[in-house]
Amino acid sequence: MRVELCDIRKYFGPVRANDGISLRVESGTIHGLLGENGAGKTTLMKILSGYQPYDAGEILLDGSPMRFTSPAEAIQAGIGMLHQDPMDFPPLSVLDNFLLGRGKGLGQRRREGRKKLEELCQRFGFGLDPDAPVSSLTVGERQQLELVRLLSLGVRVIILDEPTTGISAPQKELLFGTLRALAQEGLAVIFVSHKLDEVEALCSRVTVLRQGKVAGEVAAPFSSDQLVQMMFNQRLKPSRRTDVPLGEVVLDLQDASVRTYRLNVEHMSLQVRSGEVIGLAGLEGSGQRLMMLACAGLERLAAGRLLIAGQDMTHEPYRRFLEAGVAFVPAARLEEGLIPGLNLSEHVALVSGTGGFFVHWKDAEARAQKMIADFNIVGHPGMLVQELSGGNQQRALLALLPEGLRLLILEHPTRGLDLESTRWIWNKLLQRRERGTAILFTSTDLEELIEYSDRIIVFSGGVMSAPVDAKRITVEELGFMIGGQRL
Amino acid sequence: MNASRSSLNKVSLALLPVLIALLFTFLVLLIAGANPLAAYGNILAGAFESPRKLADVAVACVPLLLCSAGGLITYAAGLWNIGIEGQMIAGALATTWLINALPLPSYGLLPLSVVAGLVGGALWGLLAGVLRTFGQVNEIFAGLGLNFVAAALTNYLIFGPWKPPDGATMSGTDPFPQAAWMPTLPQARLSPVALILALAAIGAVYVLLRGTHWGLKLKAIGLNPQAARRLGADTTRNMLLAFAVCGALAGLAGSLQATAVYRRLIPQISGGYGYLSLLVILLSGSRAEWVPVVVFFFSVIQVGSPRLELRLQLDSSLGGILQASVALFFLLTRGLRERFGEKKG
Amino acid sequence: MTDSLAMVTIGSVIAASAPLVFASIGETLTERAGVVNLSLDGTILLTAMTGFAVAFSSGSLALGFLAAMAVGAVVAFIVAYGSIALGQNQTALGFVLTLLCADMSSFIGNPYVRKPGPSVPHMPIPGLVSIPFLGPVLFNQDAVVYLSYLVIIVSWLWVSRTQPGLRLRGVGERPEAAHARGVAVQRTRYLYTVLGGALVGLAGATYSLSVKLGWSHGHTTGIGWIALAIVIFGGWHPLRVAFGAYLFGALKSLGSLMQPAFPDVPTQVFQAAPFALMILALLLVSGDFTERLLFYLPPRGRRLFNALLRGTPPAALGKPFRPD
Repeated sequence: MRVELCDIRKYFGPVRANDGISLRVESGTIHGLLGENGAGKTTLMKILSGYQPYDAGEILLDGSPMRFTSPAEAIQAGIGMLHQDPMDFPPLSVLDNFLLGRGKGLGQRRREGRKKLEELCQRFGFGLDPDAPVSSLTVGERQQLELVRLLSLGVRVIILDEPTTGISAPQKELLFGTLRALAQEGLAVIFVSHKLDEVEALCSRVTVLRQGKVAGEVAAPFSSDQLVQMMFNQRLKPSRRTDVPLGEVVLDLQDASVRTYRLNVEHMSLQVRSGEVIGLAGLEGSGQRLMMLACAGLERLAAGRLLIAGQDMTHEPYRRFLEAGVAFVPAARLEEGLIPGLNLSEHVALVSGTGGFFVHWKDAEARAQKMIADFNIVGHPGMLVQELSGGNQQRALLALLPEGLRLLILEHPTRGLDLESTRWIWNKLLQRRERGTAILFTSTDLEELIEYSDRIIVFSGGVMSAPVDAKRITVEELGFMIGGQRL
Repeated sequence: MNASRSSLNKVSLALLPVLIALLFTFLVLLIAGANPLAAYGNILAGAFESPRKLADVAVACVPLLLCSAGGLITYAAGLWNIGIEGQMIAGALATTWLINALPLPSYGLLPLSVVAGLVGGALWGLLAGVLRTFGQVNEIFAGLGLNFVAAALTNYLIFGPWKPPDGATMSGTDPFPQAAWMPTLPQARLSPVALILALAAIGAVYVLLRGTHWGLKLKAIGLNPQAARRLGADTTRNMLLAFAVCGALAGLAGSLQATAVYRRLIPQISGGYGYLSLLVILLSGSRAEWVPVVVFFFSVIQVGSPRLELRLQLDSSLGGILQASVALFFLLTRGLRERFGEKKG
Repeated sequence: MTDSLAMVTIGSVIAASAPLVFASIGETLTERAGVVNLSLDGTILLTAMTGFAVAFSSGSLALGFLAAMAVGAVVAFIVAYGSIALGQNQTALGFVLTLLCADMSSFIGNPYVRKPGPSVPHMPIPGLVSIPFLGPVLFNQDAVVYLSYLVIIVSWLWVSRTQPGLRLRGVGERPEAAHARGVAVQRTRYLYTVLGGALVGLAGATYSLSVKLGWSHGHTTGIGWIALAIVIFGGWHPLRVAFGAYLFGALKSLGSLMQPAFPDVPTQVFQAAPFALMILALLLVSGDFTERLLFYLPPRGRRLFNALLRGTPPAALGKPFRPD
């Protein structure tokens, strides 16, 4: 089915998310949609898939104009969207997820549904267990389920929004193979991403968005430089990282284990020195987060020892870790990092105090103002944190960190941020590193891991690998390590 | 001109739920076959007909102010401390125990009774807190269950070990010895000390929540406990502290009811003031500065309602209907304004 | 205890637990849709009074039950509307309503206190009654008790075996995803909240017309709170919730049975017991330390323990949903 978007406009108040975008996707092709965060890709796709109403413009399917007011209507018209975080129901089983919302009538028609599910999984080589709860699936498997579900509902246009975040290399290959097969069958595939290499590998045409408008459209073969030029209106600058002499051991894990209801991570041994950057790689749910939480003092060790700067912190409460100069920055900025409902001054007062029992509000406000200036935050002290953009929230989180930390642990520090914000944040992090802070971070971006880490550790199924020198590994090798260690 | 219009706006908005509640209660009275205007008139008369009655209104303000002050603390931390009723009872029980246990006359019996009330209430509050923080039992159920347990305990004590030598009755224990009577105004049941304590409590809570680090921590915990913990506000410790402080204030209220108002332990020593204070907190938008206004309004109704039984043979629960319906319509009108007002503007 | 005495006792426990069954299953459905109706206790009081008062004044039991169900539905609707359409906090609304309904029941019900009134007639089912052991226990009851069996079975089948039941579960777990699949999320929430409220009304009427006949102030002694706790205890599964309701009913009856055997133990202990038990039951089901206990159980035991006792609330319980 051929899809045409004609002069789509969507405004959020003064913000022009989509400012007259026209796009045509032919059936049987994989069309890439490139652009940095905030360029308008997600808004456009939400409009196309019925999640978002639009202010002006037209949508044509095979030449006829269509208007949908809900995602369900869009699916009926043949357009389905696979979100970055699939819209599924974690506690329910795979089969239940497949069946939910299907057809009118009282019965669930389980046998029929099961057969259809198994058929589709076989066709694409997906190994899904119909009775497993979706919460036990990896992100890649949840994607597969959603894909299979949409196909079974007869969609002819599939939109994938940043599908390769958090999936393994083999799963990515499987996905790409599936998409190529679907295109061969005549479906139109729209591949939204900010990853140049994937778009270059998969798509036959690419549309680049910038600031709500179409910056350009090219056909394969592509040149990275040309695409970057369209995305940012500037060339990629290679990063330069200075080598820093390593200091004393700041973090010492001795045969440590963390055990929770869902996952055990056993026999972790690691020594991190001051000024060192350690990257943690691996699929989500492989144990990196648990290890970071343990190092931060937010999760108890079940066995082994943990030392911070030579002090045994194994059974110490969280506040001792804070006193010892350890800080943890979570990935979920508003859910775990900041407090929606409080403004920046209040955060400053909460985190660093203003001396004494009573709060000195003027003092807090002044310090918040300085923080805003130092970190280029777009906002003012009285602004509630939920009103800040994602990038500014990340800057605020970093700004609230105390000076002179021994160990800084960051969970996906640049997730969802555009290239410029990413570079800016790493700049700040590397500054801390030069002052002696050791950094532990996770990322799903293999290039980011290789570029900024001194050593990389791979987590797989609760097992921590031996550290690998980041200078001596390639992206492919790292990908294999992450995928290959799975049995 | 604009400033006065907006404050007029605010006042009329605040009065709207009251008006609707009066209308609603009007209908309820009609259904019950009563004369609504006579009922309203009786309630007002009941509260204002004599200086003694006015003093009674102030008497009712005391436990309501104390419980509301305490409740604001737990509410700030995002907790629904329904157990406040039982915490009041616990304070009264602790005070009664102390008075029975100490040989009389005892210098400092009254200050000690106050301390007993604080401690008893704090412990009962901590119990609910522990169940919540270490047992993951929702504080609504923990509090409620403990309320019933406290009430049953009171009944047991009144009809059992603490019963008057002449025999147990619904009037409660024997009156306390005079040394344990909180001094009151002549010809009124109002204790100036109690009133001062109550006003001081609400004032202190106002300052606490607005201008102290602990208040900010509680607010943070109430808004996002996970992030608050990570940022250094220990959730467990601060929640338990909140339960303890709230319980202490509620316990003080119970203790003062026992020593200043009834001068004995009665089965209904908490009188529903705990539950009522939660309504006060809702109505005052959890702002301490509005609490005294709402408390006064509720106390007038509290004191005036019993007259309905005497004069009109109507159950005094009409007062409760008035109070609860004001709270209900406050929530509903606020919701209407928030959801539909913005469109009409 | 002779066989027939045991059967009579079990039978009376089943009859006495019917209100709990209705109320807790009703609330289970409501909470599965993501709404908490904290007004349960007040609603049961109000509907018990309504059921009795209407049946008393009109002479018709059916009318009494219908009126009670209507009142229950209306109160539940206020909770639903106030939270879904008006965006107010469900807990606040529920709490205010519970107080309001309790006071209203006292006030409007005043003239009906301690008046003798109609009761649901006994209706043994011929044929089924003769089944050995089960017959006299299950089928020698009145019409509402039979209705309670039906409610348990229908609600279980509905939630686990039908497509609408699947949608209900989806709405409670992740309303955004349900919305994406074309499920009318808000409408579903309203529907199940009102339905739950009607069942609560049924519970109230059953109480005053079948279990503890008549009306008095505070007649239903806090069973609304127990019903709310049973929903948690039963892990939001209709069968487990029903089991919890019967368990509590049995414990309560056990209490009144044991009383004469222990004259020294004060009655207040038995009064407070259901609530202390409620706290203990919740501790068992929600507490972290019981999770640690799991490590000591063999895998089979662990699975059984989990299925029987542990449960997670619907993920979107109490959270508002606003489609963009």
